[in-house]
Amino acid sequence: MKPASFDYVSASSIDQAVSVLSELGDEAKVIAGGQSLVAMMNFRLARPATLVDINRVPGLDVIDVGADSVAVGALVRHRRLELGGEVPGPLGDLLAEAGHHVGHLPIRTRGTFCGSIAHADPASEWCVLAALLDARMEATSTRGTRLIPAEEFFVTVFTTALEPDEILTAVHLPLLSENHHVGFAEFSRRAGDFAIVMAMTAIEVADGRITDARVALGGVAAQPTRSSAAEAVLVGRAPGAETFADAASAAAENVTPHGDVHGPAEYRVDLVRAMVRRSLTRALGEG
Amino acid sequence: MVIGQRVKRLEDYPLLTGRGGFAADQSRTGQLHARFVRSQVAHGRISGIETDQARARPGVVAVLTAADLPPSFPKIAPRQVGFDEMVPYLQSVLACDRVRYVGEPIAVVIATDAYEAEDAAEDVFVHIEELTVVVDPRVEPSAWDDLGHDTEVMLINEAYGEVDEAFSTAECVVELELSVGRHSGVPMETRGTLAWTDPMTGTLHVGGAAKVPHYNRNALASMLGLDRDRVQLHEIHVGGGFGIRGELYPEDVVVAWAALRLGRPVKWIEDRQEHLIAANHSRDQVHVIKAAVGLDGVIHAIDDEFWQDQGAYVRTHGATVPTLTATLLPGPYRVPAYRVRGHIRLTNKTPAGTYRAPGRYEGSFVRERLVDVIAERLDLDPAEVRRRNLIGHEEMPYLRPMSVLGSKIEYDSGQYVRMLDRVLDHVDYPTLRADVAQRRADGEHVGFGFGFFVEKSGLGPYEGVRASVDPDGALRIVTGAASVGQGVETTIAQIASEVLGIDYASIRVSHGQTDELPYGFGAFASRVTVMTGSATHLAATEIREKALEIAAQMLEASPEDLELVDGRISVRGTPARSLTLGQVAADLDPSGARRHGTTPSLSAESWFHTDHMTYPYGLHFAVVHLDPETGHVAFERYVIAYDVGRAINPTLIEGQIVGGLAQGLGGALYEQFVYDDLAQPQATSFIDYLMPTLMEMPEVEVLLSEDAPSPLNPLGVKGAGEGGTTGAGAAIAGAISDALGSAEIIHSIPVAPATIWATLNDA
Ligand SMILES: Cc1cc2nc3c(=O)[nH]c(=O)nc-3n(C[C@H](O)[C@H](O)[C@H](O)COP(=O)(O)OP(=O)(O)OC[C@H]3O[C@@H](n4cnc5c(N)ncnc54)[C@H](O)[C@@H]3O)c2cc1C
Repeated sequence: MKPASFDYVSASSIDQAVSVLSELGDEAKVIAGGQSLVAMMNFRLARPATLVDINRVPGLDVIDVGADSVAVGALVRHRRLELGGEVPGPLGDLLAEAGHHVGHLPIRTRGTFCGSIAHADPASEWCVLAALLDARMEATSTRGTRLIPAEEFFVTVFTTALEPDEILTAVHLPLLSENHHVGFAEFSRRAGDFAIVMAMTAIEVADGRITDARVALGGVAAQPTRSSAAEAVLVGRAPGAETFADAASAAAENVTPHGDVHGPAEYRVDLVRAMVRRSLTRALGEG
Repeated sequence: MVIGQRVKRLEDYPLLTGRGGFAADQSRTGQLHARFVRSQVAHGRISGIETDQARARPGVVAVLTAADLPPSFPKIAPRQVGFDEMVPYLQSVLACDRVRYVGEPIAVVIATDAYEAEDAAEDVFVHIEELTVVVDPRVEPSAWDDLGHDTEVMLINEAYGEVDEAFSTAECVVELELSVGRHSGVPMETRGTLAWTDPMTGTLHVGGAAKVPHYNRNALASMLGLDRDRVQLHEIHVGGGFGIRGELYPEDVVVAWAALRLGRPVKWIEDRQEHLIAANHSRDQVHVIKAAVGLDGVIHAIDDEFWQDQGAYVRTHGATVPTLTATLLPGPYRVPAYRVRGHIRLTNKTPAGTYRAPGRYEGSFVRERLVDVIAERLDLDPAEVRRRNLIGHEEMPYLRPMSVLGSKIEYDSGQYVRMLDRVLDHVDYPTLRADVAQRRADGEHVGFGFGFFVEKSGLGPYEGVRASVDPDGALRIVTGAASVGQGVETTIAQIASEVLGIDYASIRVSHGQTDELPYGFGAFASRVTVMTGSATHLAATEIREKALEIAAQMLEASPEDLELVDGRISVRGTPARSLTLGQVAADLDPSGARRHGTTPSLSAESWFHTDHMTYPYGLHFAVVHLDPETGHVAFERYVIAYDVGRAINPTLIEGQIVGGLAQGLGGALYEQFVYDDLAQPQATSFIDYLMPTLMEMPEVEVLLSEDAPSPLNPLGVKGAGEGGTTGAGAAIAGAISDALGSAEIIHSIPVAPATIWATLNDA
């Protein structure tokens, strides 16, 4: 469990980092927190010829709060979002709640938000959050900067729309108004494990009716996914146990997960039902 | 009084301040690094090994295969419970013509650093013609080799009493099939060794030894054709043992041999992936058990047949685990007639050995599940059925007419009923039962379970110490036993301190060094406090007597008038007339000793011998709550009562119990070495081999008792190392089954949440 040999470049600027990437293409890999990449290298499942370390690049460790969105820079660690206090409103609450469930404390103090998004594990809290909020990923290369919407970004397990020469410099998330209620629920065998199934919800309520509903799921497909079926059930109805149960059933009826060591496919389906209901209940109380 | 005190561990200062020295911390000038090339197929014939490309890599010093070993190089023999039948099934240190499990060492690459060695190992190409695999130990035995041996190594048979008669007249017969999954001790520190020869003496030294350094020294010397005194093993800090770490494995022998052959130090540090496929697995038994019972719940006979999945070879433990399973299965109950047949079967999986509470974890699971089902079928309370079958205090010592590990099974002492009552009182059982029943009626899934067990500890035949007081008053104790981190130094120091009145914290205890004492048995079977502790008590007592006798001469008083307090000997009533133990020791240099007419030095070497084990006992009691939607198991209570006869340091014992539970709980809920149909291991990293963490642990209520001191040693102690593990599978499975609505639901562990979910959602 020692990595194969590799070259190492510690970039001191984004320009330097992207020019090394453009030169080496898929021979090179960005290393941020290293919490996924180093493990894969130790298993020799990843064998990058060159590592481009972005940890010393100035300006990437920023959380930039704008009028209606927030940009999370490439060196923002999980722990910072978990501790909260920087991102206002319900989005800040959701980041703190979900962030607490990412791995274990040492992993959270080192691993990055953008690293999780770039790694694209379909059961990652941040990937599910990106799907939930239609996050836009800011990809930078020598060719310039582009924004990739979440639905295009997550291609399949561990695969994104990032080109080998691109760095994910930030992820842009919409701020949520105070009318939004957010909820999160996941089930894993042990605390700190990747979830078997996860649900995240953001619900806007006005005059006792749900006016906007977002429900996203992790662990049920090759990408983090929205449950349009659950969302459709929710909009227009009054929040409450019955509404949540109906939405949860709609979510469960519209997933087609695979069985694995943790149990058969039907188990995951039932977990979807439970997690969606619980996340809605946590978002809105019993209504 | 320092025995019985919760004094701080002497071991902790270096460990907590980063000064510990573990296997990987050692290094020697000019050392090389070993990396093993392991089989990736579960069964096959080796048709060729290409090593040229690996040899040509930078930094590679040697690539060695079985062909490089001296002719007829010995295989690794059983250390205990070995039988002649096992000889054909022993493992070669490097595979010769067949491989039989994924992970079997085939070649070793030796290079100047560990990274180069691992790179080069990838360039060793092994050609293997695959053969069919055996995954299920219960299928009809098939051919194991070309010499006519089949996959059943041996059949263990034990019996006493009139079993058939009991069944033919039984009012009720309960039969169950029960199984315990494949899991094992997974110490935080993986295996590791550093071997080197001293150029001045030619002696081979091996650092990083654990558990049984003396046995391994002798075995290594004999395998390598060296005199015993030319091989010395050195135990340093050990990051967990649990039965598996410290046994003599193929890698240990290959590394030592390579160091001799290459004339340079060779270091090998196992990585976690290797550990999970190469170090001993354990448990993995299927039982078909039957009980003949009266309508009052009294068990008249038990008849058990079980299959032990031994994996691909017989290793150093021989038949230890199945033998312990077979003979200790009746546990705390009378069971007047008993018969057991245990099949030791080979499969194409990692070989198995002992793991904390070997045979007792499995047997207790089986027995306690059986008792729960008996209670349910007869509509009796599970605690009451236990009470009716428990061996009474007045029946002690209780002879179970079988023997194990060379000693007859005679429970030395025990107050089992008293322990049951203590736990029932502690949890307020009637209220708890009523409460659980009410909550169940309200639709909750709650339940409780018991795991009553008898442990065994203090395995002989002997252990010794050499104790000596320096002229400056310091006491140093050397034992041949070993430490796997359990607090040996503290415990031994407390015992010596009690006798000699020297501050325990000033006593130095050395262990696990083959060059300090020629004999030692080691750290296993919860034996060190019993064996080394008793030897320490003898040695300290001898020193005390000698000191008083010499001091009497020095103080011109009679020995009866002297007292020894805080390391100072004084004439009773005249404290001014006194001497320190150091002053006495100083007066016992060879000239002084001659003057006093005695042997030099204030020291003693004492050996404690025993043919009998001591039998501590305990009870786990769990209350669980199940989440019907996820199958998650939440512990509402976890109580462990344990009787160790006499608790030298209750804090250390509680630590053993709680830590032991983490492992028992792992086996009940999380840990499993899963194999697919091709015998490919599926749990080869911590992603898939789920160790419980602190977050999965319940708050444990430990009820330590000293109701039944052992009559077999001067201190009355019994071992404390395993009881935290033993009853866990039984209690947790019982509680889950109960919460699922019936004692008859859970038949195997580990219990996955999906199983619980499936049960509750089909119902
Ligand atoms: C035991 C354990 C448990 C864990 N549990 C969870 C969990 O429950 N939930 C969860 O979400 N995660 C979990 N993780 C993963 C953890 O969150 C990682 O930190 C995260 O997945 C990757 O972030 P990183 O900064 O460490 O990225 P790295 O490991 O450095 O990189 C990961 C991948 O992303 C690429 N990459 C990283 N940053 C960029 C960038 N800015 N631009 C382009 N590519 C980039 C790398 O090239 C690499 O391919 C766990 C990890 C461990 C070891």
